[in-house]
Amino acid sequence: MTTASKAPVVVVIQLTGGNDFMNTVVPYNNGHYHDARSGGLRVEEDAVLKIDGEFGLHPTLAPIKEIYDQGDMAIIQGVGYPNSPRSHFRSMDIWHTCEPNKVGTEGWAGRAVRDLDPSAENPVTGVHIGQGLPRALVVSGVPVASVADLSTYGLLTSIEQEQKRDRMLKRFVNMYGRAIGTGPVNDYLGRTGLDALKGADILKDGRAKYSSGIEYGTDQISKNLRDIASIHTADLGTRLFYTSHLGFDTHANQQPTFDRLWTDLSRGIADFWDDLRAHQADENVVMFLFSEFGRRVRDNGSGSDHGAGGGCIAIGPRVRGGMHGQFPNMAPEALESGDLVPNQDFRGVYSTLLEDWLELDPVPIVDGTFEKPAFIQTGAVA
Amino acid sequence: MAHLMRRAGFGANREELERRVAQGYEATVEELVDPPESLLPADEDLLFRYMPSLETGGPVTDPGAANWLYHMINTQRPLEEKMAFFWHHVFATGNSKVDNDNHLTAQVKMFREHGMGNYGELLLRIAKNPAMIYWLDNNENHKRSPNENWGRELLELFSLGVGNYTEKDVFECARAFTGWTLGPKIPRVPNHRFFFQFEFRPEEHDFGEKTFLGRTGAFNGEDIIQIILEQPACSRFIARHLYNFFVADEAQVPAWDIEPPRDPAAIDLMAKTLVDNNYELRPVLRLILNSDFFKQAMFQKVKSPIEVVVGTLRLTGDLQGITRALVPAAKESDYMGQSLHNPPSVEGWHTGPDWINSGAVVSRVNFVADHVSDVDLPGVSNIVRRVAASNGKEMSPAALVDECVDLIGPLQVSEQTRAELISHAEGDGALSWAGDDAYAASSQRVGEMLALIAATPEYQFG
Repeated sequence: MTTASKAPVVVVIQLTGGNDFMNTVVPYNNGHYHDARSGGLRVEEDAVLKIDGEFGLHPTLAPIKEIYDQGDMAIIQGVGYPNSPRSHFRSMDIWHTCEPNKVGTEGWAGRAVRDLDPSAENPVTGVHIGQGLPRALVVSGVPVASVADLSTYGLLTSIEQEQKRDRMLKRFVNMYGRAIGTGPVNDYLGRTGLDALKGADILKDGRAKYSSGIEYGTDQISKNLRDIASIHTADLGTRLFYTSHLGFDTHANQQPTFDRLWTDLSRGIADFWDDLRAHQADENVVMFLFSEFGRRVRDNGSGSDHGAGGGCIAIGPRVRGGMHGQFPNMAPEALESGDLVPNQDFRGVYSTLLEDWLELDPVPIVDGTFEKPAFIQTGAVA
Repeated sequence: MAHLMRRAGFGANREELERRVAQGYEATVEELVDPPESLLPADEDLLFRYMPSLETGGPVTDPGAANWLYHMINTQRPLEEKMAFFWHHVFATGNSKVDNDNHLTAQVKMFREHGMGNYGELLLRIAKNPAMIYWLDNNENHKRSPNENWGRELLELFSLGVGNYTEKDVFECARAFTGWTLGPKIPRVPNHRFFFQFEFRPEEHDFGEKTFLGRTGAFNGEDIIQIILEQPACSRFIARHLYNFFVADEAQVPAWDIEPPRDPAAIDLMAKTLVDNNYELRPVLRLILNSDFFKQAMFQKVKSPIEVVVGTLRLTGDLQGITRALVPAAKESDYMGQSLHNPPSVEGWHTGPDWINSGAVVSRVNFVADHVSDVDLPGVSNIVRRVAASNGKEMSPAALVDECVDLIGPLQVSEQTRAELISHAEGDGALSWAGDDAYAASSQRVGEMLALIAATPEYQFG
């Protein structure tokens, strides 16, 4: 077994809105699936991309089926937590803060960034690609760069003349530097301002270095993955990337939306890994996909409603490919309010990523000890 | 006066400030606290005539934030709007769960209409508000299986604060609100949602005896609210919320039973004013805005994203009236960490330094800089005209800085910051306003200077 020579990196893709995991990894051979999805959402046996006698991938996942067949993709079944509230916001919040019983303020990914870079030396240790900052990445005092569009990212971008802008940014550095030492709020503001600018500069240099023969799609998730590839291949020390793929809340008219979302995502993921391989930068990366919940087992005629248990996907050369965990019992009498009952706590899934890949102590990050599914190869990290 | 307008409104441009200075400080406070009918809120009828989607959804999903932004920009009653925003902070209800944006818009409208009235009445209104009932599961609060969510938050976050009631009180409070529920849910049809109505269902209500905060009786929800109002903790709790919102950043709400207030004397005075006036809100607002502790608290608060966005739009005169650009503009505060109609939890937003992270700094600075450097916007071209008129034909870099710092606020900047701004201006030499070309070039330099000021640490405070 070879080990990654470079520091391990995680790329998190959040599927926002509640991905219908049951139609992503389809239990096509399960009679209960057949019955519950009779309202038009069922993926028929002859359409699924079979991975074994029980499960197959949705046809739109063809590009990542190849990754699965190469043994580089793990599917983790039955992930969730007790008493799922089925509200998007609250559910996402729980996934972000690892606090199912109260409202948390710190994000797990932000805590991971803090532990990866305890003295906050590199403002791009954690990078979010998207608008704003998801709560998963928010921890007071931990700088995380948040980039809506890498090609225009920076401060004072409305000043077109570059020379002038550079002069203004020099003043910015002086002003924020001098704010430090004039009180706790100003200290924090000053440091945050400097980190923001430093992060922007580092990312800009990184982008200038990047070139790729891969033609990514023009959709948003493909652009985001391309931005991640360009930052990663520029070797800027980023250890945790986070991005979101939006629009999975498919109560109605699910099929075309779901198809488009997964067509874009599958192609983007395949392009991303081709790109990393071409740059010989794939060995130290694990990609992780999750959603705040799955959908209700029974469809509603054209879509599906909020559910509980779902699943996660991990991809990378150091991932232990195949199926992990137990698919929950789909028999109607085994469901809870019409939902699958999760059997794998999501915090255990994070713990595998944190401990077996990033080599961090997961207990303070996810606030407890949970059973870890073994989807990372043993000895993957030196 | 600029301080007053930033806190009791969303800022004001120089023309408005001059008018208000002429009117006088106390008269302005009075106008804000008790606006005459001649001063109008933003025109809703006109909005719905030209952009019906902002009322009923349609092509705009969740139009409520844009609808509210329109009100904040166009109102002539800024404190009324600011108080609606205050109550949205306190009685934080999120569309993330309610999943019916029109209900949030209706709730905000209720805050707009009653947010400066009586706090006790407001508590009763919010207890019967459909969005709140659904948000805190009071529709699941049954005689045989009480749901404590609303009962708990009413005590913890809306009136008393942790440490001023027991778990038993929470349970008894929940019992008193059993049967306060929603009218029957009408099934959804495509592209339209029906409104829920408050409904009292006697068969769901627990008419039995309850012991709540030391009193015993067959209490209902109204009795509970009355008992809450009699607690000294209640007036102090609301006073502290008002202080945090209007005066200076406090610790976050959950820490209030541990961390003492920043200014205990001010809290005492505000609490007493509330009690003495039977929880009418106008007297305490008057007290705050006319007080020395308020006047001395300039730039003691990190501006919230909504204050940044609306303040900038009002200053620069952008998005006046009805325009489709309201819809994307309503997303700007999200990028800085504040999404209208979607507070992160029932606790509301964490304020003060919690608004600041490296992503938010980039969004804040760029949003303001984009606007104030656009000399075609009416508010910016007015500033340019004033700068040009102030110094004749030639202008030194230091004069440019001082004029701009004055006209964007007036802002207070440290000596070091001022020196940096002047150094930057000196890089391009003195300004001339003689002739069209010189005027245009100097205009650009004013815009740039305003952008650089927007990027200062000082500008993040309001």
